[in-house]
Amino acid sequence: MDTTARPALGRRLFPVYAALALVLFVTAPFVIAWAPFEATMGLVQKIFYFHVPAWWIMFLSVFICGFASALYLFKGKGSADRLAVAAAELAVLFGLIGLVTGPLWARKSWGVWRQWDVRVTTALILEMTFIAYLLLRAYGGPGSERLAAGLALFGVLNVPFVYVSVDIWRTIHPATSVVPTLVLPMGLAFWWCVAAYVVLYLMLLEARTRLEEQRARVDELYLALED
Amino acid sequence: MSRHARRAVGAALQVIGAAALVWLVLAHGACAPAPESSASAQPQPPEQPEEFVPIAELPPEEQLPAAPLLVTAYAFVWAVSLVYMWSIWRRLATVEKELAEVARRTQDQQRSL
Repeated sequence: MDTTARPALGRRLFPVYAALALVLFVTAPFVIAWAPFEATMGLVQKIFYFHVPAWWIMFLSVFICGFASALYLFKGKGSADRLAVAAAELAVLFGLIGLVTGPLWARKSWGVWRQWDVRVTTALILEMTFIAYLLLRAYGGPGSERLAAGLALFGVLNVPFVYVSVDIWRTIHPATSVVPTLVLPMGLAFWWCVAAYVVLYLMLLEARTRLEEQRARVDELYLALED
Repeated sequence: MSRHARRAVGAALQVIGAAALVWLVLAHGACAPAPESSASAQPQPPEQPEEFVPIAELPPEEQLPAAPLLVTAYAFVWAVSLVYMWSIWRRLATVEKELAEVARRTQDQQRSL
């Protein structure tokens, strides 16, 4: 096992990530308050600044999990498997943020908590795929790592469907063209929040991967003890 | 690359190919241009108001204040992030305690040999 070969850079950067995430999240409401109200939705549209970056980070985490799972499947790298578990758990976390903030926005702007349109439904399927991944890892028994890695690859294939669904199917969810056409103050608030989420994600990924590596070291020591 | 890995790559490529084909068919079908109605061709002026409606008579979803929803959304992001950090910290503390215990037992065993 290559648990001792962990690069120290991530561990050294952890306090930097933590401090930066705190600063960005504390200042985010002020930047968001400075952004103008949207013409038709008004105040409730400001949920967008936390809702959309949460989904973007979820997609990023799914891609990292898929890439690491492919590395584990085809190269047998244990470190890649540990990264995949960490990324899968974070994908579920950020997906949960998206799934909770979305209905709060929809309740005011659509008049309902939930609409079974294609974007909302495919996003829910993506979230459930990674919950299934974690359940498989927790209760699947020996060999479940490889099955879970295959499931992660399936989850990655779902991401493009979720992303483009609002552009190709009839839906009441805002289209992907919203972000590139944001006016400057709205764009600044949006990218500020994206930066906050990215830094938070890097910090959590570092901590969660460390947890997996410590678990692997414990297993390694138990094996040495039995021998 | 081993035979097993080559077969796995082949199977994965088949799945990706099939998914791409389905996506292309669906996207082509959904992107067919809709006939343009005469109503959408010309911009419509706003409707002339014939009466003033008190806000209390609006449907419930239109009376709903946005601020509590917005605050709930932001509070949820903070709460879930902090709870998750606390959960990682607790799990790390448990594993590191176990690690120290196993390391001590390993050293004891080595000393006794």
